[in-house]
Amino acid sequence: MQSSQYFSGMSRRNLLSLIGLTAGSAAMYQAMTSLGLAVESGYKGPVKLEGDPKGATVLILGAGLAGMTAALELRQAGYKVKILEYNNRSGGRNWTLRGGDSYTELGGATQKCEFDEGLYINPGPWRIPYHHNGLLAYCRRLGVTLEPFQQLNHNAFLHSSKAFGGKPQRVRDIKIDFQGHVSELLAKVAHTGKLEGGVTKEDQEMLVEALRSWGALDKDYAYTKSVATSEFRGFAKDPGGGLGAAPVPSDPIALTDILSSGLWGSLANFALYEFQTTMFQPVGGIDMIGKAFTKEVGDLITYNAKVSKIHQDEKGVTVTYEDVQKPGTTAEEKADWCICTIPLTILAQIEINVGAPMQAAIEAVPYASSVKVGLQFKRRFWEQDELIFGGVSYTDLPITQISYPSTSFNTNGKGVLLGAYTWNGPHSYEFTSMAPEERVKRAVEYGTMIHPQYKDEFENGISMAWHRSPFTLGCAGDWTEEARKEHYDNLCQIDGRIVLAGEHASYIPAWMEGAILSSLDAITRLHQRVVAG
Amino acid sequence: MTQQPKHSLGLVAATALVTAFSATVALADSAGATFSDGDNFSEKTGQELYANVCQACHMDQGQGAVGAGKYPALAKNVNLEAGGYPVFVILHGLKGMPPVGKMMSDDQVAAVVNYVRTNFGNDYKDAVTAEDVAGSR
Repeated sequence: MQSSQYFSGMSRRNLLSLIGLTAGSAAMYQAMTSLGLAVESGYKGPVKLEGDPKGATVLILGAGLAGMTAALELRQAGYKVKILEYNNRSGGRNWTLRGGDSYTELGGATQKCEFDEGLYINPGPWRIPYHHNGLLAYCRRLGVTLEPFQQLNHNAFLHSSKAFGGKPQRVRDIKIDFQGHVSELLAKVAHTGKLEGGVTKEDQEMLVEALRSWGALDKDYAYTKSVATSEFRGFAKDPGGGLGAAPVPSDPIALTDILSSGLWGSLANFALYEFQTTMFQPVGGIDMIGKAFTKEVGDLITYNAKVSKIHQDEKGVTVTYEDVQKPGTTAEEKADWCICTIPLTILAQIEINVGAPMQAAIEAVPYASSVKVGLQFKRRFWEQDELIFGGVSYTDLPITQISYPSTSFNTNGKGVLLGAYTWNGPHSYEFTSMAPEERVKRAVEYGTMIHPQYKDEFENGISMAWHRSPFTLGCAGDWTEEARKEHYDNLCQIDGRIVLAGEHASYIPAWMEGAILSSLDAITRLHQRVVAG
Repeated sequence: MTQQPKHSLGLVAATALVTAFSATVALADSAGATFSDGDNFSEKTGQELYANVCQACHMDQGQGAVGAGKYPALAKNVNLEAGGYPVFVILHGLKGMPPVGKMMSDDQVAAVVNYVRTNFGNDYKDAVTAEDVAGSR
């Protein structure tokens, strides 16, 4: 254990820093901003579009969640609505791949999903925070059945190829031991009254008691091997029944080993507001949401429509598009108003006569790189051999994470893991550069370093590299703070008869909630303009 | 301690928070595919960088691709005539293209630009230098 001399003369500022170190900067953020700031997603309840649009027509570009939300609400409010969609299906990135599905990425490679009946992978969005109230409201309204999505599983792994001899560690051990060791350090400092600068004597005494409770410290404020600490970190031998059933305490991992391993860096993934319990997923695949919307507005959609030009004048908006099944043919669709949810990667290449500020905004947002790989295995070895029921393991290997299915727990059948999920960074580009089957092969090779069972149990896989997606050319809007300051409002403003919507026009890009909130805001403002005449 | 801005707590922040933990074994195989070690690209030569970064969108022969939008072909691309242009685009991005040069050294950016400008039917022999790249950051 470190000597407490390092912590003598600790100020309140340093104490807060230490809290940040212990619980992750997300906890730090929560502590600093106090209660009440980050309350909800901004959803204000069902949208109320009062007033008569007098038969106004609206053309929506894109049948993803943003487009279909707008269609659903505007038709109900009395508008005549049509949707143009590039894909031959609705839903956009709200999408699930199942056995029998095939997908052709940019470059021409086609993958056929070979999963067994009932198994799937969500190549795009896959989980719903409990505070994404807009999306949850539509799920309720449209009858989408939800189930819990496990984000934090104490029994999943944190893995570094460079620490602990490459042996994966349980989330629980790293989390609890880190908490225990840091509590010990801080408690010893606080107990000797060495905290300064606004931390009162009473606070210090309370802090010591809190740390003893929170960190499972003994009477001497030490975090040691004992039945008491094993009540938190688990036992070497769990308590049982009958003879020889006494529990055997487990050995905590030394603080220095945890620190040098870097594994603490992943704990923030379990602390962040957007990953906190309870998270949800639709039963049967994320595309149950898109399908529920399609049931409402599917009759409005023209599929296989590749937009090439968006032109507005004082009378209305004219959109030129090509039927991708009949290359070279063009058609036009006219409406009074246009809601464009086309990803900015693509919209930036389409001729559109909006003002310079919106045009600049359209061109200001790069799209994130992301890759997912779904792997089918003969049996759910992660449950049967390792007692991992749902949740996510994090690793420093290029696959970044392995997520275990949050459904069909403790069954005997096959299962599909999310075997890789990258987000920006070199590995995401490197995975994308590979042929689809190579991505699967690499995901299996790397995954084997965490779960040796991969070798015998792997059956087939499918990969999704979002920069190779023909309908998005990237994963999601990757705003910088500077770009937001300069362009965000210009992107969201109504320009004449055109308004944009989608996750890229939100402060929560890549989340389905961002698409829905952006859409509700856009149609609310558009409607006000229409009824105002 | 400064207050952490709220907007940074998105998916991107979740990734950023784990960067201290992002490191990996660099592996190469017969296909020439590599994985970098850390938060920057490890590939050294222009060919390696192209095959593991640019190829993600511009494809293996620089032919680009077409979907609802397109990735421009780098093959026989007259925009490459002035070496400063691809340097700027790699460093700062362009429209939907991310600024991948932020994850490369000046030498790497120069290497990949020189590779693209002398391959795929391009024949621009005036090489750009790391100093050119540094001046364009």
